[in-house]
Amino acid sequence: MAPPADARLQLETARLTALYGRRAVVKDVSILFPTHTVTALIGPSGCGKTTFLRCLNRMHELSEGGWITGKVLLHGEDIYDPGVDAVQLRRRIGMVFQRPTPFPTMSIYDNVAAGLRVNGSRPRAQIDAAVEGALRRAALWDEVKDRLRHSALDLSGGQQQRLCVARALAPEPEVLLLDEPTASLDPTGTQRIEELLHELKTRYTIVIVTHNLQQAARVSDYTGFFYLGDLVELGRTEELFTKPTKHQTEAYITGRFG
Amino acid sequence: MATLPMEQAAAPEPRWQVLRGTNVGDRVYRGVLTAQALSLPLLLLALVSELALNAWPAIRRFGVHFVWTSVWDPVAGVFGAAPMIFGTIASSLLALLLAVPLSLGVAIYLTEFAPKWLRQPVSFLVELLAAIPSVVYGLWGVFVLIPFLRTYVVPPLRATLGWTPFLSGVFYGNSLLAGSVILAIMIVPYIAAVSREVLLAVPVSQREAALGMGATRWEAVWTAVVPYGRAGLIGAVILGLGRALGETMAVTMLIGNRHDIGLSVLQPAYTMAAAIANEFSEATTDLYLSALFEVGLILFVITVAVNALARLMIWRVARGTAVGSRAL
Repeated sequence: MAPPADARLQLETARLTALYGRRAVVKDVSILFPTHTVTALIGPSGCGKTTFLRCLNRMHELSEGGWITGKVLLHGEDIYDPGVDAVQLRRRIGMVFQRPTPFPTMSIYDNVAAGLRVNGSRPRAQIDAAVEGALRRAALWDEVKDRLRHSALDLSGGQQQRLCVARALAPEPEVLLLDEPTASLDPTGTQRIEELLHELKTRYTIVIVTHNLQQAARVSDYTGFFYLGDLVELGRTEELFTKPTKHQTEAYITGRFG
Repeated sequence: MATLPMEQAAAPEPRWQVLRGTNVGDRVYRGVLTAQALSLPLLLLALVSELALNAWPAIRRFGVHFVWTSVWDPVAGVFGAAPMIFGTIASSLLALLLAVPLSLGVAIYLTEFAPKWLRQPVSFLVELLAAIPSVVYGLWGVFVLIPFLRTYVVPPLRATLGWTPFLSGVFYGNSLLAGSVILAIMIVPYIAAVSREVLLAVPVSQREAALGMGATRWEAVWTAVVPYGRAGLIGAVILGLGRALGETMAVTMLIGNRHDIGLSVLQPAYTMAAAIANEFSEATTDLYLSALFEVGLILFVITVAVNALARLMIWRVARGTAVGSRAL
C-alpha cells in the first residue's frame, strides 16, 4: 500500500556523486523528492540525469565500474548502507525504462505477475488481484482484460510501456522511477503515459527523466536541470520554466543549446 | 548530364537496360557462383542415392525387420540393427542428460556471474575441448575415465540405485555408461559455446528489466535471460545431439561394441557409427556390406530427422507465443 501522505520526505540524495571507474558523471547532487509529487530531470544528452536516476534504486552499481559516494536516503535511511539488500530495495523503488521491455516469452498476465513471483510465492487469488490492480492503475486493464493470456508482444508500443508500468507497480513500490518512458512512443502513447502520471502521483513519488521539455512542464511539480553532471538548478516547475535563475538553464529551456 | 528532365522521363527503358548490364564478366561470375552453390545440394543428393542404392539388397531382403530385430549374424547372413539403433539413441540421450545441465551452467556462469577477467580464458579453454581429436578422447577414456568410473562412480551409484534395472550386471569398464560420459564431455564445448553466444545476444534491457523489478541475479537469469534465448538454446542442444549421434571413434573404444539391447548402463552396447567403422573391412559378403550401408542410411535419416525437428521447435518457439502462460 502507498504510505500515508503525511510522510514528509520520502526520498532524498545527499551529496551524491556517481562514477564509472574514476570518471564522475554525476557530481555532488543533493535533491529532496517530496512525497506524492512528480519531479522531472531535464538536460542535454550525457548530462548524467539517467545515471543519477539509476543511483536511486541502485541499478547504477550493476554497470561496469559503477559506484557512488554520498548518500541516498529513503525515509531517512541510507539505501547504500551495507545492511541494505539492493534486491529488496528495488521492490520498493520501481523502475520503467526508455524502451518498453516486456518479457517476450510471457503473457500479459505473467509479465505483471513476474514482479510478484520473484517476491516469493503467494496464493493465486492474491496474484490475480494484484495483477488486476496494477493493470488498472496503469490504465491498461480495459484494453487487455479479455486477453490476459496473449503474448505481451501482441500489444502496441504504448501499451507495452504501460504494461511495464504495471509490472513496476505490482509489488506496491513507494517510488516510481521513469527513464525517458515516452522516448520510443508515438504522440498518442506519450499522451496516455502523461495522463497516467497525473493519476499515479496521488499514490507514488515519481521521478522522471525526460528529453522533452514540454513533457517536463506538463507532468511535473518540480524540475531539476542537469548539465555536465552538475545539478544546475532545481525548483518548482512553473518557476524554473518561466524565470530560471541560472543563465545555463535559461539557455537550455529556450533552445539555445542541447 | 546535358539531357533535359523531359527526355529522361520519356525514355526510361533503354537507360534501365544499360543499368541491368550485359557485362560478360558479371555473367560468368554469377554462373560460377551458382554452380558452386548448387554443387553442395547435388553432393548431398549423390550421397543419399549412393547409400540407398548400396543398401537396397538388404532393404529388399529384410524389409522393416532390419530395424526391429536383434540378430546380427554375418555367417548365416541374417541382419537386424535394432541394438545399434537403440545404442546410438540411448548413448546420445544419456550424453545429453549429462552435458546439457553442465553446458548451460557453464554458459550462464560465463555470461552472468564470472568476473570479467575470467570469462575469456575459461570460454577459450572450454572451446578448446572441441579441438581434441576423437581418438585421444578414446584413449583417455580407456586409461583414465573407466578406472575412475569403476572406483568412484559405479560403487556409490550401485549403493543408492542398485535396485533399478539400469544398474544391473557386472561392470567391466567398456559400457553404455562409459560411452555416454565420453560423449557428454565431447559435446559440452559445442553446447556451451553456442549457449554462451545465445545468452550474450540477450539484450541488456531484458536483464535490467528483471533486476529493476527486484529480481536477484539468479531470478533474472531464469525469468528473463534464459526464456528470451530459449530458441537458440534448443538449437545448441540439438547441435550437441547431432554431434553425439554421429560420433564414432571415442565411442567405439569405450562402449564395448556388443550387439545387444539391455537396460543396464553398466553393460556394453553398440552404436551405428561404431558398427560401420568396425565392420566395414571385414564385410566379406555383399549382403553384409549392404546391411552396413543400410545402417549408414538409417543413421543419416535419424540425423536429418533430429535436425528437422530442431528447426521445427526453434520455429515454433521463436514465433513469440506465450509459452509461459501455459504453466498457469
